[in-house]
Amino acid sequence: MILAIDSSIGTSVALADRDGRLLAAADEADHLSHAEVVGVLIRRVLDEAGVTAADITAVASGMGPGPFTGLRIGIAAARTFAVARGAELVPVLSHDAVAAERLLSGASGDLVVVTDARRREVAWTRYSGLTPSGAPERVDGPHLAERATFVVVGADRIDAVGVPAAALARLAALSLHGERATDPDEPVYLRAPDVTLSARKRVTQ
Amino acid sequence: MIADAPLVLGIETSCDETGIGIVRGRRLLSNRIASSMDEHARYGGVVPEVAARAHLEALVPTIEAAVAEAGVELDDLDAVAVTIGPGLAGALMVGVGAAKALAVALGKPLYAVNHLVGHVGADLLTPDADDIEYPTVALLVSGGHTSLLLVRDLVDDVALLGETIDDAAGEAFDKVARVLGLPYPGGPEIDRAALGGDPAAIRFPRGLTLPKDLERHRYDFSFSGLKTAVARWVEKREADGVPVPVADVAASFREAVVDVLVSKAIAACHDTGVPRLLLGGGVVANARLRTVAAERAAAAGIALRIPPLDLCTDNGAMIAVLAAERLRAGHPGSALDAAADSTLPVTAIQVP
Ligand SMILES: [Zn+2]
Repeated sequence: MILAIDSSIGTSVALADRDGRLLAAADEADHLSHAEVVGVLIRRVLDEAGVTAADITAVASGMGPGPFTGLRIGIAAARTFAVARGAELVPVLSHDAVAAERLLSGASGDLVVVTDARRREVAWTRYSGLTPSGAPERVDGPHLAERATFVVVGADRIDAVGVPAAALARLAALSLHGERATDPDEPVYLRAPDVTLSARKRVTQ
Repeated sequence: MIADAPLVLGIETSCDETGIGIVRGRRLLSNRIASSMDEHARYGGVVPEVAARAHLEALVPTIEAAVAEAGVELDDLDAVAVTIGPGLAGALMVGVGAAKALAVALGKPLYAVNHLVGHVGADLLTPDADDIEYPTVALLVSGGHTSLLLVRDLVDDVALLGETIDDAAGEAFDKVARVLGLPYPGGPEIDRAALGGDPAAIRFPRGLTLPKDLERHRYDFSFSGLKTAVARWVEKREADGVPVPVADVAASFREAVVDVLVSKAIAACHDTGVPRLLLGGGVVANARLRTVAAERAAAAGIALRIPPLDLCTDNGAMIAVLAAERLRAGHPGSALDAAADSTLPVTAIQVP
């Protein structure tokens, strides 16, 4: 069974079978409480589906893009859960899950997934429909852009307010079956860390 | 069996060390630490976002290394322990997220415990040491904290006597090192620079030791004035075109820090009638601090305890052993929705 965890916007957790069929899902929309809720949500989907942690053979991890502090918590949880259960870790770009959900529910043509990147910027990824196996075809991104001036041309724009972990699990299932390339196991920060460099003083030695 | 010597894995990510430790009761099985210190060097201090990113990268490899070193299986654990505060919020949350997932994955209780009290608990892991006697005064000094505690019982009765009202002592070392053109981290650099220097060459101020300050801040510390005094002193020499005697400045600065740390700790022992003092935190690596503490404690008839240095710096084993003690004493695990608290008070040994 596949456990999927994403904390790139709110926190969403889903449990699916090996073919990606949804068994249970739990979400918390609040985008500041990832560290509080992640354990509770994992336990909830296990309980709801009536399975034990030992039944998990793969963990799908939403890799972002997303605000750093929250994003890391889901990835830390996914990686650790996978190690604890000897399960396979399947990193998935979070925007792919948003696109997959939209495309699998009937949308067609090009679309652009847009999420809040704070500091008056958005993160965006462009897709050109589904691959034959049912994964969204990523053609550009993820990138950052200025919110005020960012315009989408020739594609549907989806301003996502959450990442569906159910879709994350479905994409992970495709990866596990060799029908979708796995994303790198690296958080997608899209920004260098903030630092304040301090000036060095010169002193005669 | 569990009641006597629970097998606990502890996760520590409150500052710049990713620490994973495994204990069986009070026996240390492994203590693995991945530090992001080198990444902070060019900034002259811990950069929270850099530290948090490094925690995420180091977490799983460090867990795997600790488990391998301990020769146990994760499924054998009786509990998962984690530092829930105090510390850098973003850094703490990486460990908290991981610990919760680990606890649920293993079906084991989560013990979300206090970093500072963990430093006191580190003493229990000292090989072949006698049991810690209570109450004890504890002086915990690092780059992130400078606190004086009265520990009546490690498991359920710890009080704060005082703490720094501005910089931590370790931070003062870093800042003064920068004033002297020395690299980060400042502690070992100041030590090296102080070799052959005269600790009495310059009388730098001892923060919060004047009678008027002692009324309100008897056990509190302040190091920002000291740092400024050193910077002014150096600037004055430079402005006058006189060479700066780096060894004397380093030795005199270090003496001011050590003097005020040890004086206040010994005073706390006197005032509380507790003839026991425990040191903890990364600054304990400073040999001058250990020497002065040993001399003055001996002169005052105070028993001084200093855990091995790799247990004084931030580590996961101290978090694991504190949780093991709580578990042994019958305290249940923490709620799965426990929130990281960057300013967790020492009285909160474990969050419910
Ligand atoms: Zn510490």
